[in-house]
Amino acid sequence: MTVLAIKDLNVTFSTEGGQLHALKNVSFDVPERRIVGVVGESGCGKSTLINAILGLLADNGSIDAGSITFEGEDLTRLGPARMQELRGQRISTVFQDPMGALNPVLSVGRQMRNIQYRSGRSRSEKDARSEAMLRQVRIPDAQAALARYPHEFSGGMRQRVAIAMALMMKPALLIADEPTTALDATLEVATIELLRELQQDIACSVLFISHHLGVIAELCDDVVVMYAGEVVERGTTRQVFHTPRHPYARRLLECDPARQSGRTRHLPTIPGEIPDLRQRPPGCVFATRCDQRVDACDKVPPDVAVETGHVARCVLAEAR
Amino acid sequence: MSGILEIRDVEVTFEVGPLMRRRSILGVAGVSFDLHAGETFAIVGESGSGKTTLARAINGLQGISNGSIRFDEERIDTLGGRAMKPLRRRMSMMFQDPVGSLSPRMKVGNLIAEPFRIHGIVDKNPNVEVPRLLSLVGLTPEFADRYPHQLSGGQARRVGVARAIALNPALIIADEPTAGLDVSVQGEVLNLLNDLRERLGLAMIIITHNLHVVHHVADRMAVMYLGRFVEVGDTDEIFRAPRHPYTAALLSANPEPDPDKARDRIALPAEVPSLLARPAGCEFHSRCPWVAARCKSEAPEFVQSETRKVACHTPLEPGARPPAMEVTL
Repeated sequence: MTVLAIKDLNVTFSTEGGQLHALKNVSFDVPERRIVGVVGESGCGKSTLINAILGLLADNGSIDAGSITFEGEDLTRLGPARMQELRGQRISTVFQDPMGALNPVLSVGRQMRNIQYRSGRSRSEKDARSEAMLRQVRIPDAQAALARYPHEFSGGMRQRVAIAMALMMKPALLIADEPTTALDATLEVATIELLRELQQDIACSVLFISHHLGVIAELCDDVVVMYAGEVVERGTTRQVFHTPRHPYARRLLECDPARQSGRTRHLPTIPGEIPDLRQRPPGCVFATRCDQRVDACDKVPPDVAVETGHVARCVLAEAR
Repeated sequence: MSGILEIRDVEVTFEVGPLMRRRSILGVAGVSFDLHAGETFAIVGESGSGKTTLARAINGLQGISNGSIRFDEERIDTLGGRAMKPLRRRMSMMFQDPVGSLSPRMKVGNLIAEPFRIHGIVDKNPNVEVPRLLSLVGLTPEFADRYPHQLSGGQARRVGVARAIALNPALIIADEPTAGLDVSVQGEVLNLLNDLRERLGLAMIIITHNLHVVHHVADRMAVMYLGRFVEVGDTDEIFRAPRHPYTAALLSANPEPDPDKARDRIALPAEVPSLLARPAGCEFHSRCPWVAARCKSEAPEFVQSETRKVACHTPLEPGARPPAMEVTL
């Protein structure tokens, strides 16, 4: 079963300099009970993707084509009222900065009670559920913690409180946008282990956005690699990390300082810049920076299925 | 060799709480280190461990309550804002958010010329200096006419670097210089900083969460916990054989980009103590897998042995594994 199916999604923004194609023919699935990671540099369309799913695109943005099917409903066709019903209940989010997600002037218990406004539970049932949830994210002395305010928690704990709130209503899909970037390595690992455990417990799917290839490798079942608003490669984490087929994905993995065996002062990079999304090249979007460019790259590259579930948007993937 | 920067027992105190119950907490609790010209020094530790506060104290953006800071053998912590200003020409800061640290209403050319204006430097022609600095950071002169929102994340960092090196500083303090960048752009920014360090003989302090970055770029590193350094030494040696349990846990936790890699982690209880209630004895004892009776009552000295300084009663031997403990994450 697929919880979220994105098909040929195109999003544009009207800007002074013309139409900006932020997402172009984006397709991928988030299957039931899988954790799908999205990697790509800043500006590659990760945030636009999240906002399109949540129905929160800026006023100058529009979905021109494609569909986002979530539990059988096409989110691109839903009205604001239905979207609001889904958000926080069936689809929830955790962001990089937990302080931005928590209300500083309400106690944690009050906020957790508020989230359950649709549940029909009594106040004491809601509080009991909040307490159980805090215990599950390993907040010590959960009952007392309900009376505390967000600033009274440390950074790592705050992020765990935000995760508890996001999973409170047992959503089908959790969108986690760089949730561990602000934490040190020990807390980062503890947080992803916790996420994994809760995901299995609640049996939800997770869309996990991160720059950190190590975290993706460790946590995710599947990976989607984005470049300049396109999904250039997708597959299981093993497929993509062990046998990347798109040149950008391959170069990106090679650039990770963690992959340099010896210590080096000069880290590998991908020369060139991301193209102007207002004037997308007619062919492959990575061609200008690609070291394996051929004539066929001037045409729109096909999505090549190199293996079951492993797709690369590159003409060279076909040849092999 | 004399250092360009000499930090001794620096403490930074914050007042917290409501007026009648005001308490002070130590954000930085007695930090000492030296930095030499041309050297890159990394400071790692979790958010809230005092890394940024320490950087701000060095730069004079944050007053210190104890200790001393010397820059080029001159004591600078006692200088006021006005007396500090000329020194900031020689000590520049790169902040975490690249776009946020650039005024959205100024063009890149003006942003890069701004340091000259602020410091009243009239003998440099901006029409010469701006293109020179742009080319130093690998941008074409046309970028001078762009606004910050027209830059990618990597380009904005480069402009930040150009501003930081505009006045020929002797020291750059970079707070998370690559946070939020993908690995390729991160490599570009770090290579750029490293080239400049070599060509201009800069000393650098890099504050970061990313241990892989530290391993590649830093000559020496310090690990910070609750406002104190718990281990300082040569980066290679620390990566090879960490001696403080917190360092060992940090290094073992470092996620690797290989889905099949066997992970042999030192698990730590996730509860970081509050600065308002620092643990007695060794402040790490509440999370330490190797904790002994002595650690709970007696604070360890920060002991120098050869090239390493460690604050631990029983520093780890190479390859030490934690004793079995009940892990309450």
